[in-house]
Amino acid sequence: MQIRRTGAVFAMAAMAAGLAACGGGDSYANTLEKVKGAKEITVGTKWDQPSIGLKKGTADPEGFDVDVAKYVVKELAGGQDVKITWKEAPSSNREALLQNGTVDIIFATYSITEARKPKVTFGGPYIIAHQDTMVRADATGISKATDLKDKRICQAQGSNSYKRITDPPPDGKLGLPAKLVGASNYSECVQKLSGGNLDAVTTDNLILAGFSAQEPGKYKLLNDPFTDEKYGVGLKKGDKATCEAVNTAIAKMWQDGTAKQLLEKWYGKTGMEFPTSAPPAEGCA
Amino acid sequence: MDELIQYGPELFSGFLKNLLLSVLIGFFSLVVGTILAAMRVSPTPVLRAAGATYVNVLRNTPLTLVLAFCYLGLSDTLGLIFSTEVPLTNSFWLAVLGMSAYTSAFVCEALRSGVNTVPMGQAEAARAIGLTFFQSVRLIIFPQAFRAVIAPLGSVLIAMIKNTTVVAAAGYTVDVAAVMRETFDTTGVSIPIFIGIVLAFLVVVLPIGWYTGWLSRRLAVAR
Amino acid sequence: MSSASVLFDAPGRRGRLRNNLLTAVSAVVMLAILVWAVLKLDEKGQFDWAIWEPFLTAEVWQGYLVPGLLGTLYAAVLGAVFALVFGAVFGIARLSDHRWIRVPAGVIVELFRAIPLLLLIFFIWFLAPNVLGSGDYALFAIVLALTLYNGSVLAEVVRAGILSIPKGQSEAGYAIGLRKGGVMRLILLPQGLTAMMPAVVSQLVVLLKDTALGYFIVYTDLLNMGFKTLPSAYPGTKLTAAVVIGVIYIAMAMALSAFATWLEKRSRRSRRTAARPVAVSAVEGPAGGA
Repeated sequence: MQIRRTGAVFAMAAMAAGLAACGGGDSYANTLEKVKGAKEITVGTKWDQPSIGLKKGTADPEGFDVDVAKYVVKELAGGQDVKITWKEAPSSNREALLQNGTVDIIFATYSITEARKPKVTFGGPYIIAHQDTMVRADATGISKATDLKDKRICQAQGSNSYKRITDPPPDGKLGLPAKLVGASNYSECVQKLSGGNLDAVTTDNLILAGFSAQEPGKYKLLNDPFTDEKYGVGLKKGDKATCEAVNTAIAKMWQDGTAKQLLEKWYGKTGMEFPTSAPPAEGCA
Repeated sequence: MDELIQYGPELFSGFLKNLLLSVLIGFFSLVVGTILAAMRVSPTPVLRAAGATYVNVLRNTPLTLVLAFCYLGLSDTLGLIFSTEVPLTNSFWLAVLGMSAYTSAFVCEALRSGVNTVPMGQAEAARAIGLTFFQSVRLIIFPQAFRAVIAPLGSVLIAMIKNTTVVAAAGYTVDVAAVMRETFDTTGVSIPIFIGIVLAFLVVVLPIGWYTGWLSRRLAVAR
Repeated sequence: MSSASVLFDAPGRRGRLRNNLLTAVSAVVMLAILVWAVLKLDEKGQFDWAIWEPFLTAEVWQGYLVPGLLGTLYAAVLGAVFALVFGAVFGIARLSDHRWIRVPAGVIVELFRAIPLLLLIFFIWFLAPNVLGSGDYALFAIVLALTLYNGSVLAEVVRAGILSIPKGQSEAGYAIGLRKGGVMRLILLPQGLTAMMPAVVSQLVVLLKDTALGYFIVYTDLLNMGFKTLPSAYPGTKLTAAVVIGVIYIAMAMALSAFATWLEKRSRRSRRTAARPVAVSAVEGPAGGA
């Protein structure tokens, strides 16, 4: 019996060690060191948002966030090629993925907010999005944000966009009574919109433009932006060194025209107006 | 320990929601499960086939998929909405719907296996002394089947209570598992919080197991 | 349908008439429900070829479903192997003559059977980086949690299997001079194994289904890839995707269940064991899954 128990302990230990080996490789002090030293990095992006981060078939995800990630990572490594492992980072899991070290860095429509600052160190912002509203192409009666009064709008899990409509400042913006319809993410909101279960989807214009480009002619944006959403680069809390380097890379991305080029690439056809200079950096904390 | 005290009230109110869900789901799945079991032992082939199909589909699908399907398929795509005003209320009833549908398949199987434990000779003897169908069911089959069903039903009940931690898949994100997860996101992993929640479940689950086990032994039919 | 024959005599003329009537009525009702469902689905455009067609393309299978399925199977196989080892060790330990082995083993088994699996997965997922350094612990958390929970259930199956062997068998073993280890290895385990196989396979079905809990910690499994990532790239396929991956899950689970039924029939016929098969529902098993 004793032998069996020893065997069990041994088996469990072997299992723990074996499985842990899948995760290992944490001998670097921070993400910057890892990129420079090991020439590899794990990047978290959205996998379900067209033009931002969308996984298509066997290929790596594609979109604006993904391209920004590639540029920034290359800059971190001093211009050398880095092996990037892509991981999905849905809104509800971003903090945990950074804490666990499952991903080293996150580019996933990650708005810099006061509530998130205690948990995450943000580099950037690399772009400022604005909340806008999307309706079905044939819809009438909604032409500006204030028309949303008493309309059915989407409440996506983990997103605060709906509050900007329903709540007055400081938390919200417009303070209009609207009927909220729940959904787990914006893909589902858009599906509800197309099925007629919603009158409008309101959130960041970069997200909406991606969906409208995915199914051309089906939806239209109102182009009535009314908030600023600063998209930051998520880093493990306290990783200031990487944060500084990320900010340098973002500044360079705007200076050398890459940012404009990427915006053209993903949003050129939507007729959206782009900023021409880098958004002011927030500073690393 | 500080985290447990700080987040205690929130976690406790989450746990109460698990209990509320358990009561509702227990009720609905018992009703639906009994109807299904009746269908599966009925003399009508169509009802038997329908019951069997339902049980096989629901029992072999992961609960997470059932709940996510209720939320994203039934509600989003097909427009089954319990409340347009409060999304959480909608999710709550979707969770009740999905989990009742899932659990009733197991209730049905527990009941049916109970009927099957009654030896053929008992029914034959009942018919031989001239009892009608309803008399033999009421006097001979049911009392014996009921006793054989207590322990398996207890297990189904326990499993269902534990499964209420999965309701976040239906968008009901205020149950104790979801609250624990959110707390871990904020403060990092906390062993006292985990132990506290586990103890709460033990307090509910273990007595049910002991009681049904004791009852089924006490009432067991000696053969 | 043995149960039907317990409850009913062969019906007479009036009985047959009544049954036929009941059959006709229930068939009409079922058909009506079906037609209503089909009409409702059609109204929502769920039969459009556009949302079914992607599932015939290689890209959907290569990009989403196969990688997801492999993730699910990988977690399930690892979990099954470790759970079987765990179950064998703790099942036997619970039967030990030594209190200091029997009692802790019993406590561990009872404890892990009572902890909701998802809580255990979350806990391990958040705890692991603190202990083992940073990394991707999605697979680790699922496999370890599946091992602890299903292993504990399997321990009960093993115990019940060994206890189901008539006492005379081990007494005969001692009588011919075998020691405890010998009785266990040569007499009890081989016979008990036959008795416990059906319950073990049923528990593995539960384990397979429970891998879907990886949905909550972004493990790349069939549910995540098939139900979340895929419909985003192919708008409007949410329901279709649910049907397709549902069918895959059901097919896998039913194949395993059929195997369990076959084993049960075989072991019932077998004369090589003195034990009665462990009833699948004797332990919390099949209902325990999420």
